[in-house]
Amino acid sequence: MKATLERTDLLKSLTHVHRVVERRNTIPILSNVLLRSDGGSLNLKATDLDLEIVETVPAMVELPGATTVPAHMFYDIVRKLPDGSQVVLETTSDNSTLEIRAGRSRFTLQMLPETDFPDLTAGEFSHGFPLTAGDIRKLIDTTQFAISTEETRYYLNGIYLHTVDAGNGQQFRAVATDGHRLAQAEVPAPSGASGMPGIIVPRKTVGEIQKLLEDPEANVQIELSETKIRITTGSIILTSKLIDGTFPDYGRVIPQGNDKEMRVDRDEFKEAVDRVSTISSERGRAVKLSLTEGRMVLTVNNPDSGSATEEVAVEYDAEPLEIGFNSRYLLDIANQLSSDTALFRLADSGSPTLIQDNTVDDCLFVLMPMRV
Amino acid sequence: MVSTCCYIARIYGVRSAMPMFKALEACPDAVVLRPDMEKYGKVGRAIRERMLALTPLVEPLSIDEAFLDLTGTERLHKATPAETLAKFIRDLESDVGITASVGLAPNKFLAKLASDLEKPRGFSVIGAGEARSVLAGMPVGRIWGVGKVFQTKLDRDGIRTIGQLQTIDKADLARRYGSIGLRLASLSVGEDNRVVSPERGAKSVSSETTFRTDISSFETLRPILRDLSEKVSARLKKSGLSGRGVTLKLKTAEFRTVTRARHLADPTQLADRIYSAGVSLLEKEADGRRFRLIGIGVSDLETAEQADPQDLVDQSAERRKHAELAIDRLRDKFGKSAVELGLTHVAKRGDGSRRS
Repeated sequence: MKATLERTDLLKSLTHVHRVVERRNTIPILSNVLLRSDGGSLNLKATDLDLEIVETVPAMVELPGATTVPAHMFYDIVRKLPDGSQVVLETTSDNSTLEIRAGRSRFTLQMLPETDFPDLTAGEFSHGFPLTAGDIRKLIDTTQFAISTEETRYYLNGIYLHTVDAGNGQQFRAVATDGHRLAQAEVPAPSGASGMPGIIVPRKTVGEIQKLLEDPEANVQIELSETKIRITTGSIILTSKLIDGTFPDYGRVIPQGNDKEMRVDRDEFKEAVDRVSTISSERGRAVKLSLTEGRMVLTVNNPDSGSATEEVAVEYDAEPLEIGFNSRYLLDIANQLSSDTALFRLADSGSPTLIQDNTVDDCLFVLMPMRV
Repeated sequence: MVSTCCYIARIYGVRSAMPMFKALEACPDAVVLRPDMEKYGKVGRAIRERMLALTPLVEPLSIDEAFLDLTGTERLHKATPAETLAKFIRDLESDVGITASVGLAPNKFLAKLASDLEKPRGFSVIGAGEARSVLAGMPVGRIWGVGKVFQTKLDRDGIRTIGQLQTIDKADLARRYGSIGLRLASLSVGEDNRVVSPERGAKSVSSETTFRTDISSFETLRPILRDLSEKVSARLKKSGLSGRGVTLKLKTAEFRTVTRARHLADPTQLADRIYSAGVSLLEKEADGRRFRLIGIGVSDLETAEQADPQDLVDQSAERRKHAELAIDRLRDKFGKSAVELGLTHVAKRGDGSRRS
């Protein structure tokens, strides 16, 4: 194999694919990236057996061929090569190493045969539809923080994507929860999504998709089946296995009868929570909200260091209520709200609280209170 | 398995942790008694009560050993510490019916050393003035913190007795062995500034059991793990604690110890959650290897205040929690065996798997 390409193109693509490769691998070939040069392009592919990214970059191919080299080292080399340089990739005559040349730098990397490189066979996709990168980013950005990391509840270790028939037509909805909080976001469903199975996209895949979609205007093609999802954007194809499990009936979790409404300026609230939580210990992080007519007092008590309190003006006219929340969780949610005013729907100090944008209703959050 | 033995049996060469058949080979006339942890616990607590009557500064070292700081108690007891202790030991023998050894010294290191000098029923005093000469002839292994490995290392450097350490310059020891060298320097001359502190908060709560015959089957290990989880949970609940870390411990037939840990999202004190974390770890380990011991522990302890919060999605968790608390109340009233899980009940009917 011999191919020449722009360092900028190669680096950009390697930045995408090398992240898939785990730092520690028991199977040596999984540490490698597959390079295949053919026609006028170089193909790069990396996998962890659950997730695979393939990207094509333009190249001048003198000798078609394929090989694999350690992904992280290759990435580090290309990253350090001078900006604007041309990179030559050439396998040595004994076919054991790959030579990388740019300017006056020359590297050789041990290769492993490309025939050993695993293929994530995608199988047939039952549904396919286009979505803008902006919409996908919105679904991910809004819900990602609530994904559970608890291994025992593997079915919560991802974002649940499905369609629902709402009053405003069919919606493409994303839900994530870790048992303490739940986040839900939706966009109008494209026609091809109709009848799709509900799928759980694993956390790592979600993170990679998010990083691939830089331009919100870009068009993205989504294909999926009950076991796999494929995202195609530009010259990048990401294929991932899905979490094999049943997402809980989250509808039951969303409180319907919370009758105490509280409206507060989002930024004022966020800053107040951030300030008072300075005093909380790493762990406790409980902030108490004391609501009375027209005002909210936020209090944090840390027996080891002291206490903090701040008053915020709110719109509230129900009976007085004291409720505690994890301050980190409150901030996570406040950061995702898009309108200037946050709407809290509360029941009592022991029941889940609903948090929404005051004007927009395409996302909602449920938060479990803490004992304070 | 011999968990402990009397001093007469020791003369015949019986040691703790020795298989019973070997012990009986060495001492055929030995009387073998099953351990009764509950009884030891009760007696241990009674003795601790008596110690606390002497001084509030009691630091338990193990179930049957403790440090007592008697500094400044002469006026209270109208007696010197030596007299106070002599009376304490005498009352212990007549009232509780057990013997004990006492080591009286100016600090913890020397006191522990003194108590080990004349066992059983010993009463040794090491004064500050004589510490240096008493220590000089002893092997370095008697110093607190010097284990087998370190002893070999010192031996290679030609240091065998504490007396030799006394002749080496402090800075020299520090250069050679680092911070432990500094400790050697002060301990070798009988200096130890650790205080007797009654507060030694538990870092973890755990329970383990050794089997009579090695077990490899997951199905057989499961009820044992459940039983241990319930024990750990009961202790956590009793002391108002909870923890986020669950550690499973296994010892293979080849005496290799395997520990696997899981970090929970929320602290727990429930047997149900401790067990389910433990069993998911056990599932991966029970691969046909034979085990001689299983244990489970909860670490990363904190108060029970934020333990086991309600879960948004897992509705059954709340029900299981209430069921467990109901079982606890029944057990408080009618004893531990009043209510049992089918899992442990079935296993116990055919019990006989535990080693005594």
